[in-house]
Amino acid sequence: MANRRLAPAAEQPQSFAFSSENAEWAKGQIEKYPEGRQASAVIPLLWKAQEQNGGWLPRAAIESVADELGMPHIRVLEVATFYTMFALEPVGRFWIQLCGTVPCDSCGARELKDYLQARLGAPGHVSADGNFSWLEVECLGACCNAPMAQINQDYYEDLTPDLLGALMDDLAAGRPVKIGSQVGRTSSEPKGGADTLVDATLFDGSRVGAWRQRFEDKKAEESSEPSGKAEAASSEQRAAADPKPARPDAGRAVEGRSTDAPAQRSASGEKPVKSGDEAEAADPAESTARPGKPAPTPAESMARAEAAGAESGTQSDLPRDEPPPQPEASGASEGVSTDGPKTAPAETSGDKRPAPKSEGN
Amino acid sequence: MLSDQDRIFTNIYGLHSPGLDEAKKRGAWDGTKFLLEMGRDWIIEEMKQSGLRGRGGAGFPTGLKWSFMPKKSDGRPHYLVVNADESEPGTCKDREIMRHDPHLLIEGCLLASFAMAAHACYIYIRGEYVAEKHALQKAVDEAYAARLVGKDNVHGYPFDIYVHHGAGAYICGEETALLESLEGKKGMPRLKPPFPANMGLYGCPTTVNNVESIAVAGTILRRGGAWFAGLGGKNNTGTKLFCVSGHVNKPCNVEEELGITFRELIDKHCGGMRGGWDNLLCSIPGGSSVPLVPAEQIIDAKMDFDTLKNLGSGLGTAAVIVLDRSTDIVSAIARIAYFYKHESCGQCTPCREGTGWMWRVMLRMAEGRAQRREIDMLLDVTKQIEGHTICALGDAAAWPIQGLIRHFRPEIEKRIDRYSANPHSDPVPMAAE
Repeated sequence: MANRRLAPAAEQPQSFAFSSENAEWAKGQIEKYPEGRQASAVIPLLWKAQEQNGGWLPRAAIESVADELGMPHIRVLEVATFYTMFALEPVGRFWIQLCGTVPCDSCGARELKDYLQARLGAPGHVSADGNFSWLEVECLGACCNAPMAQINQDYYEDLTPDLLGALMDDLAAGRPVKIGSQVGRTSSEPKGGADTLVDATLFDGSRVGAWRQRFEDKKAEESSEPSGKAEAASSEQRAAADPKPARPDAGRAVEGRSTDAPAQRSASGEKPVKSGDEAEAADPAESTARPGKPAPTPAESMARAEAAGAESGTQSDLPRDEPPPQPEASGASEGVSTDGPKTAPAETSGDKRPAPKSEGN
Repeated sequence: MLSDQDRIFTNIYGLHSPGLDEAKKRGAWDGTKFLLEMGRDWIIEEMKQSGLRGRGGAGFPTGLKWSFMPKKSDGRPHYLVVNADESEPGTCKDREIMRHDPHLLIEGCLLASFAMAAHACYIYIRGEYVAEKHALQKAVDEAYAARLVGKDNVHGYPFDIYVHHGAGAYICGEETALLESLEGKKGMPRLKPPFPANMGLYGCPTTVNNVESIAVAGTILRRGGAWFAGLGGKNNTGTKLFCVSGHVNKPCNVEEELGITFRELIDKHCGGMRGGWDNLLCSIPGGSSVPLVPAEQIIDAKMDFDTLKNLGSGLGTAAVIVLDRSTDIVSAIARIAYFYKHESCGQCTPCREGTGWMWRVMLRMAEGRAQRREIDMLLDVTKQIEGHTICALGDAAAWPIQGLIRHFRPEIEKRIDRYSANPHSDPVPMAAE
């Protein structure tokens, strides 16, 4: 918390009253808030009082604002001492609030502080000519233009001690000064101009209304066909073009063998339904599944490849009318023999796409 | 790099007029009535779909926040309050929106208020932003004159918008403190619950949103939540104004996709790192209240909510403070500690007393005038402040120091050793236990 006290009694004026113009303005402020909530206007009114009183807030002004808003004096006193922008002691004609928080601090605010210390002495004191007083304050929110200072109500950015000195000389002498960046930036764009926001169509109005297309498309879609019917039609179409039967394992990566034979069921301890089947299952040579078979059939590897493709989201890339590359064959030959992949069917048919397995990785 | 066509704030640098006519050419107030006619639920649904996370620091989903407001009024009016009390060190984006693209904000206020059945909106602008207040007030007056807002406006939804001016208190950026301040009191945060959506401004249902969150609403609704969600990454969607300050060649504000890497952000927009990438010491990626991230971790990190959270920091307001090797990092964090000491509202004891204590210890550590075991004591105190206060200022004061100790403990120890290796007439002090 900041330690804030009212100015000593000797410096306090006896009375304070809003000028008629400011009183009128204050009425407009109070009207912004619902009836009975006029206390909301306390900060704007204190601002105005500070402005009228030469940049600082005496006790008389605080009490006058309290009376105007029908608030107890202590409530307004609380507000005036809580908010750090209310100066409770007299300030110079130009009140310099130097930002000293980290972004400014790391960009040279310390040099500015030393400069002000050397030129004006300790913070919080009005210079002998009454022109300046200064204070280090917390982040003023112009960090891309650090270091910076607020002098009265205006921001002066991208400062150096020399620039600040010249600025103070100009202000003291009543010469016009440039508000904002002191090194020629418009605002917070990169020094020397931005290379973004250069597209002229952003500014000539040609993009206005372009977004409505989205709603028109949607409307057209909705009015042409009910969505359920459209979906059914499209899947019918897909089924006609692609006569492949649905498989229970479609869409899943199949790690083991894709067959489901009595021999395997028997091996896993499942009891056959018919005794004849049991006999058949006992002899692997007679079964439909051949565990000793060296390589998967094209149909099997296709199923596998498709499953892998579905996993990696590339199913549509797979050629349907030719045997796909054999993942296992190419995988086994990797690093052992360079001519291995050449024997893969995909290579001979001129398809240079990588095997789905490697794509999935 | 984000294409210019996908940027929402097209006049962020103020190279064009902020006036109504020019703003309309840039796309503001384009078909607002049409959007309102799509209905309240559609607006909220579209905002939810966009995945927009609040741009004020906490990253709470905006659409969800809007949906918390009571659907039907129980007789109390609803309010929208826009938090333009931009005071987080490093952050200077809302300022540019208010002075250069104010109509996007005003239009967003109307859309958001409509979605929440609010007929009045207050924009609470920080005290220091005097020029911005005038710029925004001018734009509001223009909108009133063109009957875009007001009791009897062209959109057929009675709506009043007011600019309220604060007087310099960081704590008023906390939503309940802001409401207190708006009611004419000291900005001291309220206990939650009740949440503002039930008991906010003047005891009425209120939603408080950041300027940027509101100002992007119009464009999101026009181009669709899906468009916004298509930018950035999962759970970290859309574009964001980054405020890059500190030791880069060209500090600037820039709108970029969330998830851009730190390196790309600095190289593409800020003219690179001052003195080259090897000169990077660390970065504070989300305004002063998030812990710093050392160079090797931040350099190729994605700038989004989740990645930075996993690095033990946060995106906050996307105020990227870049610090190079010339920085006295212990003093820099001591300066941040002073900031929180200065800005603590004094309501909760751990924060009021703790922030000052931490600052004094940090000051001594910056000189090395401390004892090694005080490092752990300091860490312990930060842990006792964190989570033990009404608002998050206590946490915000604790995190930068925790980050420093986590990543730069050897640096602090080095200073302490160097100090104690030299003869001193005064005894090395020790913090009160």
